[in-house]
Amino acid sequence: MSFDLSIIWQNLPDILAGFWTTCWLWAVSTAGGIVLGFLVAVARRYGGRLIASVLGVYVAIMRGTPFLVQIFLLYYGGPFIGISLTETPTGLIGLVIYGAAYFSEVFRAGFEAVPVGHIEAAECVGLTRWQTVRRILLPEMALLVLPPSVNIAVILIKETAVLSTITVPELTMVTSVIGSQYYAFVEALTLLALFYWFLVEVTGRAGRWAEAKLSRYRFAN
Amino acid sequence: MNSTVPAIRISGLTKSYGETEVLHGIDLEFASGEVTCLIGPSGSGKSTLLRCIAFLEEATNGLISIEGEALGFAMGPGGNRIRLPQAEVRAVRSRIGMVFQQFNLWPHMTALGNVAEALVTVRGMSRSDAEARATRELERVGLGHRAGHYPAQLSGGQQQRVAIARALALDPRIMLFDEPTSSLDPELTGEVLNVMRQLADDGMTMLVVSHEIGFAASVGSKIVFLDQGKVLLEGSPTEVFGKPRHPRIDQFLDTYLDRGAATLI
Ligand SMILES: Nc1ncnc2c1ncn2[C@@H]1O[C@H](COP(=O)(O)OP(=O)(O)O)[C@@H](O)[C@H]1O
Ligand SMILES: [Mg+2]
Repeated sequence: MSFDLSIIWQNLPDILAGFWTTCWLWAVSTAGGIVLGFLVAVARRYGGRLIASVLGVYVAIMRGTPFLVQIFLLYYGGPFIGISLTETPTGLIGLVIYGAAYFSEVFRAGFEAVPVGHIEAAECVGLTRWQTVRRILLPEMALLVLPPSVNIAVILIKETAVLSTITVPELTMVTSVIGSQYYAFVEALTLLALFYWFLVEVTGRAGRWAEAKLSRYRFAN
Repeated sequence: MNSTVPAIRISGLTKSYGETEVLHGIDLEFASGEVTCLIGPSGSGKSTLLRCIAFLEEATNGLISIEGEALGFAMGPGGNRIRLPQAEVRAVRSRIGMVFQQFNLWPHMTALGNVAEALVTVRGMSRSDAEARATRELERVGLGHRAGHYPAQLSGGQQQRVAIARALALDPRIMLFDEPTSSLDPELTGEVLNVMRQLADDGMTMLVVSHEIGFAASVGSKIVFLDQGKVLLEGSPTEVFGKPRHPRIDQFLDTYLDRGAATLI
């Protein structure tokens, strides 16, 4: 058996479509995860004891169970509680609530790293809580939360592959179909690895670039 | 403004953390334009008292009024304390400026940014008006030439002067200082004390927690000695530091001060 690139060449349109699906699923779920994770962190901080403990349980469950199990439960268990979604929306929602749990932990640690005195100084000059979050907390912790956020984004890239198990037509799904059709698993898997590695590499570089940009603000007391 | 209304009136103030009461019924009045120095051993409750006046802590009992207006709580008809609405709290609080031992400048903003921030976000001034005003405040504390520096690029004394400018930019009627020079190297305390002295000369009502007895004795019109959560003594510097001294004052001077400062009195 030889390494047959023509199979890839013939199926390039399908592969690129799958790659595109992976890209946008990942981008949207990362953005959604950051926004939802931020809201969860804010709610845990300011929302009172009950909300904090409910959200604490959510985070613990999301982090304590495999994404594969979560996505199966959402897809196959959803209809039992009246949620019937097609594959792609299920995958997207699953990724967002999974990612949000991790992002919220990053934001929570970020909030805690800002010295209380900086927040009290804001309170003393009359900033509201929301103004303090926006003008003081977020920028002060930006550099701190950036590297772990990039890590989570990278993990989410690879978790998109799990969506092939519920037949979302993303890269892993498309290439494994091609691989079994032509009995060309090595070609398909190599290509797959290259695509994911490319995305991870781009993300890592973007993260380091942003870090360098931000670190000119790093004038810790 | 009725000059008989005190700048700050504190009555029956207690503060507990959990089961532990740390302030046991404080009654104090500070006149407008007066500089009061609050002294006392470590742990006697000076910071707690100042933080209650800044409304960073809520008093467990008792009332505080600022220029005659209730801060945070008012006396209800039945003699019970009622909490005032947030808008009223903010309005009364805006008359107070606070300076911390640790400066607490925001590290991601320049000196100018720190001073201009609340003018834009709270007062709704345009960025350029706010920066013009902030520049004047920085010049007032002698730091016009450091406007573009970040806190980490400034010495401790300069940072504290920026913090003072940040508070002054909001036109407070009263300034609170919690050990403003305690985290500074000795050679940097002078520049901060000079700014404070200037502010006192300009007629600002000031409440200063400080172990700088020389400053307290020369600038303070009044000294309050706090001991174990109670006001032990209050009076003019000569009354408090002059002889014969209260034995606790003697002990305090011995324990907390170098003899050099004590002989200034
Ligand atoms: N947040 C807090 N929780 C519990 N106890 C506190 C807290 N803040 C201060 N205290 C206690 O209150 C007392 C007075 O503290 P503080 O006002 O800081 O004294 P000072 O400023 O005079 O040194 C101390 O015994 C201190 O341990
Ligand atoms: Mg203190």
